[in-house]
Amino acid sequence: MAFEGLTSRLQNVFGKLKGRGKVSEDDVNEAMREVRLALLEADVNFKVVKDFIAKVKEQALGQEVQKSFTPAMVIIDIVNKELTELMGGTQEKLAKSNKPPTVVLMAGLQGAGKTTLTGKLAKLLLTQKNNPLLVAGDIYRPAAIKQLEVLGGQIGVPVFTLGDQVSPVEIAKQGVAKAKAEGYDYVLIDTAGRLQIDEELMQEIKDIHSAVEPDEVLLVVDAMTGQEAVNVAKSFHEQLALTGVVLTKLDGDTRGGAALSVKAVTGCPIKFASTGEKIDQLEAFHPDRMASRILGMGDMLSLIEKAQTNIDAEKAKELERKMRTAEFSFYDFLEQMEQVRNLGPLEQLLDMMPGMGKLKSNPNFKIDEKQINRTEAIAKSMTHAEKLKPDIINYSRRKRIAAGSGTTVADVNRLLKQFEDMKKMMKQFSGMMGPNGKPKGGMGALKNMFGGKNKGPRFPF
Amino acid sequence: MSFFKKLKEAISAKTEAVTSKFIGGLAKTRDAFGKVGELFTLRKKIDEAFFEELEEILIGADVGVNTVMELIDELRDEVKKRKIEDPAELQPILSEKLTDMLRGNGEEAGLNSNPNGITVILFVGVNGVGKTTTIGKLAWRYKQQGKNVLLAAGDTFRAGAIEQLEVWGQRVSVDVIKQHSGSDPAAVMFDAVQAAKQRNVDVLICDTAGRLQNKSNLMEELSKIHRVIQREIPGAPHETLLVLDATTGQNALQQAKLFGEKSGVTGLVLTKLDGTAKGGIVIAIRNELALPVKFVGLGEKMDDLQEFDADQFVHALFAGFVQDEEPQDESQ
Repeated sequence: MAFEGLTSRLQNVFGKLKGRGKVSEDDVNEAMREVRLALLEADVNFKVVKDFIAKVKEQALGQEVQKSFTPAMVIIDIVNKELTELMGGTQEKLAKSNKPPTVVLMAGLQGAGKTTLTGKLAKLLLTQKNNPLLVAGDIYRPAAIKQLEVLGGQIGVPVFTLGDQVSPVEIAKQGVAKAKAEGYDYVLIDTAGRLQIDEELMQEIKDIHSAVEPDEVLLVVDAMTGQEAVNVAKSFHEQLALTGVVLTKLDGDTRGGAALSVKAVTGCPIKFASTGEKIDQLEAFHPDRMASRILGMGDMLSLIEKAQTNIDAEKAKELERKMRTAEFSFYDFLEQMEQVRNLGPLEQLLDMMPGMGKLKSNPNFKIDEKQINRTEAIAKSMTHAEKLKPDIINYSRRKRIAAGSGTTVADVNRLLKQFEDMKKMMKQFSGMMGPNGKPKGGMGALKNMFGGKNKGPRFPF
Repeated sequence: MSFFKKLKEAISAKTEAVTSKFIGGLAKTRDAFGKVGELFTLRKKIDEAFFEELEEILIGADVGVNTVMELIDELRDEVKKRKIEDPAELQPILSEKLTDMLRGNGEEAGLNSNPNGITVILFVGVNGVGKTTTIGKLAWRYKQQGKNVLLAAGDTFRAGAIEQLEVWGQRVSVDVIKQHSGSDPAAVMFDAVQAAKQRNVDVLICDTAGRLQNKSNLMEELSKIHRVIQREIPGAPHETLLVLDATTGQNALQQAKLFGEKSGVTGLVLTKLDGTAKGGIVIAIRNELALPVKFVGLGEKMDDLQEFDADQFVHALFAGFVQDEEPQDESQ
């Protein structure tokens, strides 16, 4: 299946090797076939894949793999490193001109998400204390100007427009002049979507380019693009001298191999990734994380980072103390739920965890955000005394709680049972913790939470 | 070359304008498949390298990885069974397999309609594939057929979406039922169905906001829209069309699968086929999910929406070397 991670596939290949200490060239070839399929299924361009495989194979036949007890892991590591390398290694920032304003020109196919991105980028610049001006250069698509105006209105950034009867070249020129005169430090020029083979429209954007001499030319690419990404990127790059790429719609379930193709043919860094429909959902692009994603290996780093920025360290410490001493009440339960919720939609969190893709494809595994709301309602319908000492909740109290939260007594019972189980587990956890708080085999218990030893997801590292 | 003779007969029945539009629009697609022609004529032998190259060409056209592997395996069997040695002999077999895959059972040509009342057509798809534009074009098509058309502005989320549909409504002089931006799209649909009943329209075309298929809350919203329409007019929507961007890769399969589950997709519209993309993924979708392609979008003009035809599709794909075989075939 398309979303089975490379990790598990490679483990299948190398699983056969158990008991035989050595990795033969045939084994490596078979592993490379799996890597190749994984990359092709992720929409990485086939030519890029071919070069890549040749490179990795050379290393995979080397000493390191031969000596290793876990060749699958070593090969994944090589693949991962090479992929990250190919995608640009480190993260790159938006250009800033010495002579403001910095002019940013957007380019791309129809429906890639240029207008939305223009709004998001303005929002991002705004939060970094810049003063951007938006220029509405898409005069062709019905209501494109209106769309930019609405976005500008939402974030409080002015939009420069001359309507849809003036040439985009003129609009861009006047927009930049206005920014200069009025002291804006960034000008973001939205343009109409165009096919790279549409000579008339490509000439138009070239004219805009030479009229405003942008510091940054961003190609906006839909993350779901297939093999065609190479042709699009190459052609735009040849005609416009791109300086960077932005991936949009990365919040979908695409593996986003287009990122690799685009980077490979243009050599331009991918600067941002758009990860949601809300105006603040634009993130700096991280090549290493994208590498994991293309391979179907999850994105633990983003998850950890999210947790770090959203979870209050003090509160977490206090919670941990309570867990250890088992004086855990429904107040703490609610607190914990709130903190997890701050991390974002559960489904997105799960996507970042390795192996979860497989779990999610299981039809019996469904995340119901509503269920979480219900649980919260039940806990909130308890009195102060009940939250502190759930033991006192008898049948009549249960009935009241159910009525108060709009659920049934059975729902309340279930939550109470879960709460008890959780407390029991915590006691076990605290038993496993050594005196200095280091876990002794806590991972195993965690794994059991996901449904037993054999059924649970396999962590790659 | 009996295969191409057959194709020629099938196509001569169709208007030349449409065919040339198809070929023009598919110029880029043909280029990619044109390589197939080269492969078949330049290669002297059917060997591993030949299959590998063929595999790459098909994958390069975004035909799904699984489908390509299947196809190649079948060709291998064919070669063994019939003891084929010349690559040129394999070419019609491949063409035929592709046409067959695309045609399926061949029963779903054209759009379903409601013989005794309002025909409701619901459009769904991810963001930026061209739903609103396609609706504008389809409204124009129905209008040309003398039908009374009404549009429902169900994209209440994206900034400027309602205005975009209104512009199309003015262009083709069709009314648009709308509410404020941000209102419940299911409520818009309810209003639109009531209005359609009152005004006695023939066709109601419903726009929806683009959504990624893994956003469960948005997908639930879609199934609510579907339910509301179904409740107000039993048997509706008569078509639920998933709009696919031809540049989309493997993810299109996932889109077809999940949109199918939530909104009962009955067919596909393949957009932006006029130049850049190969659109080969529809072969995989047809093969794996049995969803037919109903229309293709070949440009930005009102009349750029064409009915999909497997013969024409493959014909245009291979136009490059059909010409070599039979020079009279192409007179654009």
